Amino acid sequence: MLYREALNRALDELMQKDENIVILGEDVGLYGGSYRVTEGLVEKYGEKRVIDTPIAELSIVGNAVGMAIGGLRPVAEIMTANFSLLAFDQIINHMSKFHYMSNGKIKLPMVVRFPQGVSRQLAAQHSESYEQMLSAVPGLRVVATSDVNHAYHALKKAILLDDPVVFIEHELLYNKKGEVDFNDTQDPFKARVVKEGKDITIVSYLKILDDVTASVAAIEKELNCSCEVIDLCSLNPIDYETLAKSIKKTSRLVMVEEDHKTGGFGSQIVSWAAEELFYSLDAPPLRIAGEDVPIPYNRKLELASIPTVDSITKKVIEWGHKNGL
Amino acid sequence: MEKLIAGDIYYLMYLGRAFEYKAKEHYMTGDISGFLHLDIGQEALSVAAMKAFEKGDVFTTYREHIMAIARGMEPKYVMAELFGKASGVSGGKGGSMHLFDPSHFFYGGDAIVGGQIPNAVGCAYARKYQGNLEGVMVVFGDGATNGGAFFESLNIAATHKLPILFLCENNEYAIGTNIKRAAPFKEQYKKAEPYMLTKAIDGMKADEVYSAVKEAQSLIEKGHGPIFIEAYTCRFEGHSMSDANLYRSSQEMKHCKARDPLPYFKEKMLNSFNFSQEEVEALEKKANECVDEAVDFAANAKEPPLEALYEHVFYEELNNVVS
Repeated sequence: MLYREALNRALDELMQKDENIVILGEDVGLYGGSYRVTEGLVEKYGEKRVIDTPIAELSIVGNAVGMAIGGLRPVAEIMTANFSLLAFDQIINHMSKFHYMSNGKIKLPMVVRFPQGVSRQLAAQHSESYEQMLSAVPGLRVVATSDVNHAYHALKKAILLDDPVVFIEHELLYNKKGEVDFNDTQDPFKARVVKEGKDITIVSYLKILDDVTASVAAIEKELNCSCEVIDLCSLNPIDYETLAKSIKKTSRLVMVEEDHKTGGFGSQIVSWAAEELFYSLDAPPLRIAGEDVPIPYNRKLELASIPTVDSITKKVIEWGHKNGL
Repeated sequence: MEKLIAGDIYYLMYLGRAFEYKAKEHYMTGDISGFLHLDIGQEALSVAAMKAFEKGDVFTTYREHIMAIARGMEPKYVMAELFGKASGVSGGKGGSMHLFDPSHFFYGGDAIVGGQIPNAVGCAYARKYQGNLEGVMVVFGDGATNGGAFFESLNIAATHKLPILFLCENNEYAIGTNIKRAAPFKEQYKKAEPYMLTKAIDGMKADEVYSAVKEAQSLIEKGHGPIFIEAYTCRFEGHSMSDANLYRSSQEMKHCKARDPLPYFKEKMLNSFNFSQEEVEALEKKANECVDEAVDFAANAKEPPLEALYEHVFYEELNNVVS
């Protein structure tokens, strides 16, 4: 199954069970979804439940908030992360706050999904990542999904929860292949140990996790060590428990993210580790992140703006040598 | 309008004004803090629109104390919210600008100008989907009609023929900027005309507001689709307590106060609805007593406990889901 098919299946299964679940977004219906996540659903559930909206992101999220108030469970799709900026007022001022400022009287069972990140030469206005801003908003659950199995389970949970959830996908993951384990009982909103190890904890999420996984063999060989790789899955709340358990075991932390380094999400993980686990660490944490530049169009420049398998491998090895590995 | 409803409207308008003056007084003493937007002068619209649109759902702005009370929220719980108390309608966490009560289908209390309009449109979509055409009423000021959320909402509501009443309270001022300096024309219904049925009314006359909103609600219930009503009003105070109202001349304020909705409707009470002077005075007395009680209640109510800080950030804790 492909990642996009896993998302589609999660939507389909739940829509079949609950007619309060509706989808809204640009080209989600007749067109079949820009990344084919909602393919076939309008034919099955009709235009009242799979709603093609005008290009008006503020209204896509703003209407979803109102639908949730009115008793529906909307799943809003924003075509790409950069467009979500037009809906930030609704996401941050409305979606995240109504439950708290009504003292729990209003609940918003809703999901806002969008893909983000560097794909292939889409340039500065179609390549960015916003988990750093959104995960810093109290009241919003933020989930980033990196594989087929997790995508299926996490989207189902996001839809079933009575909380507002921002569900982050990645443009390069839609055609990723994998299997769904229908008997998976792990909480998809908790961090997952993707690979066990004992010397270095490498924390990542979303698409760049694949690059981390691909670089591990070379790192382990060169440093003669073993790496534990953790997929964060939930960026708010953060599953510190799973992280702490791993870091206490390995005594070393590497944080890898695709986004611009300054103010990036990983800075929260590293500052938390510095505050809480300082005496458990045998080396200063290493952060590998994108450059502080808008994403350029040229392929060579584009690739130089984000971490890659090569740069991750090189940086971790250099850091390892410097720190006694 | 029936006599009973007229009496109810006058009572609530009078109560609303007394409530606002008490809120002002307690803002001065420091019992109420933050931003406090008084509705004095606009009671006719706030009360009559709520009484006419008694079914359905309501979304409104931060100038909503009187609307909340007219919708059925008890004045003492509204006042307690202004005082930041635990028994306030939003547990003391919302304040003056964020009054919520789903049991009365009243969803704020939104303090982002125009932000509530897309929410109301979404709710109207949900209601239509559920086969309920009672309608959603969304109230906003003239200032909101210059923003993108407003135009997007007109477009979507008209495209889906949603059961929604857009009620624009045009008091001519976006804080201190006159509508003439922010829009090419003074009548904002012109913006909605290409999309839906529109109507302009005198928002200072409770009987006019009541019949226009009632008629609109009944059309919406019959499946008419969205309707836009523009009500011309005048607020007697500044935008909020931190606004000294220096941008309006004494001449303008005199003209404004000549349109006072309370004496206008009192005259209607006596001459059109056959209330006696004594009956009107009894309503006024009852309203004053209710406001005094509300203040006493709020003043003596408990503060939220410190643990409330962390409550209701999320609805459900992790692992509390059935899939």
